[in-house]
Amino acid sequence: MTTVAERTQRLAESWEEAPGLASWFKTVDHKKIGRRYIWTASVFFAAAGFEALALRTQLARPDQTLIGPGAYNQLFTMHGTTMIFLFATPMLFGFGNYFVPLMLGARDMAFPRLNAFGYWVFLFAGLLMNASFLFGQAPNGGWFNYVPLTGPEYTPEVNIGFYTVGLLFLGISTTAGAINFIVTTFKLRAPGMSLNRIPLFVWAVLATAFAVVFALPALNADNAMLLLDRKFGFHFFDPAAGGDPVLWQHLFWLFGHPDVYIIVLPALGIVSAIVPVFSRRPMVGYFWLVLANVATAVISFGVWVHHMFAVGLPQLSMSFFSAASLLITIPGGIQIFAWVATMLRGRVVLATPMLFVVGFLISFVAGGLTGVMFGVVPFDQQITDSYFVVAHFHYVLFGGAVFPILAAVYYWMPKITGRLLDERLGKLSFWLIFGGFNLLFFPMHVSGLLGMPRRVYTFLPGLGWEGWNLASSIGAYVVAAGFLATLGNLLWSLRRGRPAGDDPWGGDSLEWATSSPPPPYNFAAVPVVHSAYPLWEDRFRERLDTAQGSPGRQLAGDHEVLRTSELDAEPERAIEMPEETVVPLVVALGFLVAFGGLLAGWYLVAALGVPVVLAGLAAWAWPRREEVAR
Amino acid sequence: MTADARAVTAPTAEEVAAEVPAGRPTGWWGMVMFITTEATLFAALVASYFYLRFQSTPEWPLGGIKAPELSLPLVMSAILLSSSGPMVLADRGIRAGHVGRLRLGLAATFVLGATFLGLQGYEYTIKLKEFTPTTNVYGSLFFAITGFHGMHVMVGLLLILFVQVRAWLGHFGRGRHLHVQTTAMYWHFVDAVWVVIMLSLYIGPHL
Repeated sequence: MTTVAERTQRLAESWEEAPGLASWFKTVDHKKIGRRYIWTASVFFAAAGFEALALRTQLARPDQTLIGPGAYNQLFTMHGTTMIFLFATPMLFGFGNYFVPLMLGARDMAFPRLNAFGYWVFLFAGLLMNASFLFGQAPNGGWFNYVPLTGPEYTPEVNIGFYTVGLLFLGISTTAGAINFIVTTFKLRAPGMSLNRIPLFVWAVLATAFAVVFALPALNADNAMLLLDRKFGFHFFDPAAGGDPVLWQHLFWLFGHPDVYIIVLPALGIVSAIVPVFSRRPMVGYFWLVLANVATAVISFGVWVHHMFAVGLPQLSMSFFSAASLLITIPGGIQIFAWVATMLRGRVVLATPMLFVVGFLISFVAGGLTGVMFGVVPFDQQITDSYFVVAHFHYVLFGGAVFPILAAVYYWMPKITGRLLDERLGKLSFWLIFGGFNLLFFPMHVSGLLGMPRRVYTFLPGLGWEGWNLASSIGAYVVAAGFLATLGNLLWSLRRGRPAGDDPWGGDSLEWATSSPPPPYNFAAVPVVHSAYPLWEDRFRERLDTAQGSPGRQLAGDHEVLRTSELDAEPERAIEMPEETVVPLVVALGFLVAFGGLLAGWYLVAALGVPVVLAGLAAWAWPRREEVAR
Repeated sequence: MTADARAVTAPTAEEVAAEVPAGRPTGWWGMVMFITTEATLFAALVASYFYLRFQSTPEWPLGGIKAPELSLPLVMSAILLSSSGPMVLADRGIRAGHVGRLRLGLAATFVLGATFLGLQGYEYTIKLKEFTPTTNVYGSLFFAITGFHGMHVMVGLLLILFVQVRAWLGHFGRGRHLHVQTTAMYWHFVDAVWVVIMLSLYIGPHL
């Protein structure tokens, strides 16, 4: 009979990855991978942020010549593309990677090697796209990259190649991540965590992952066709040979609008995780929030044409999409009311995470309001492609995603690093960012209504736009100062922050039931839950403590996770998890060679990547000796 | 025939238990989601085909290209669809623990799939004399969609080969056949996509 201490020791030995540089390339630990996603996405965020500062500096006064039109096009294109594809989704996938298994009471994601592979592909695709700056040939057709401007006739240079090839490559990572989240949520939940007990953040990630599975193929098909048009003389978007440029727009927005929710839904999930903890009561309307998540993900596929109201489509289709666009505000509204009701009926604690949530509520409602205005066709046709649009989607995306991400930084970083951030510096950062954000984007509503078009590199004096633009530019620097405050806070907390302890906020979900940072195996004994708020059940911790000694709750083999049933989370069997391996990195490198060769037009080099990928996948699927023997 | 349900024996406990959905392994779900996203990709391509077809002039195929000749594609369809049969035998076989049936079924599927691919190559040589992907958008669509499907057949063949090698090495048995199952799922999916392509790209222009 082994003691509790011995068992835990064995568990630690089997889950701990070897220290050293080699292990850095071989890790399959969801927490390490999640941290990498977060840090890498932060670097891309900083890059895109500096691009935005450059744009705002150029537009601070009329008739400036700091940045020429060509460079300006590259900067705004890369600002948007980086923020959407290389910051928002990877950042939220990073938090998902770290916290979904913890919140489910699992020891890892369902496919740890696929997880590592997804990170490497994200890193390589992001570097590939940004390498374009080294050649002065960054994508320059805007983040939605409309043909014919981006077709072979009007942009024959390689700029757009970085966009098409980079996004096709990145798509592999996003799809792999989404499938991993779905299967993890279906199969690795703690016993007792039936569908009606899944934390709302995990529900949001699940709805997002399904949206990715159905939306991303449209973007991939679109980019593949544009690549064929540009490189090999195909004619998908060429009207002279029977093609149609509007097809690009349909496919792009069939992906693009769901993508807004792919970004915002997990961010709303963060809000749903934080609001109950800092209101000190369970969420009002759990079921309504789950339904709202699912409904938003579904309806988001029926609204894409509202990005195309000015294209000249038939009236009937515009009416349909206008109605759907107004309909999608209902699940959004349900979530807002549920959060507000929870706060009203609870005992609100205004710590920094909650402060960012309040900032989110205000700006997201403002962005939603202008969004409803765009759902109305005649208004949209007047105001499309003006700065009003820029104001709107920054309220939605900065307000709806960046504020919740900052809330998550202050809420969850103590779990990741084991150290609390400083409250005073956090509040200072909040007020700088919240004030700067409104100074930056609110005037854009006005300059847009005054007729200022988006994506112009400069403007003439005397149009009444000067004051509004100057205000926006000042706001941009204030926001930057706010981010510096949070960055400084993070670095300071790593060394000097107060130890967080297991549960600094009195949280309700399972990530707070383990140490900060969690051990490699997350939970020594498999937790069993009886409600949607396990840590607020009286006897949960007590049961977890006694379970440390129970062999059934510890899983017999050490490197195992418990597989449970899809609906009720009844235990099915323990499954052996893969060990650390370099194979995911090799496969990702093979893909990098293939996509890089395709981009450069070195097709022989590209072909060299294929056997690497195939050999890597074969090694991946090959069973370990003891599996064959069994 | 009696109308009294109670007069007929109620299901036994085993019969009831057999209908309770079995918990699926993670690999099964992974393949289901992968196929889902792949199916969506083909749906986007086929939707683009119809979008471009109906946006253009009533003449289709464009530019005096003849509507596709059907006899060869019908033979190809028969071959590819029948390849799912031995795959079912292989999958069922290993579930009952028969490695021999697994190997035989995989081999038959491989031969049929490779024949399909060979015939597709032969079809391309004929087509390319008439039109190419750069002739007009019809050519672009035809070669991109059928070529993309052909690549999937190729991937399926590589998977079958891989599973065959592992079957020879004794990796599979009654309780160990997940990779056989997922490979079979992928193969049936590639077959099903071909039905859609046959109807849309080959039979469609004749309607």
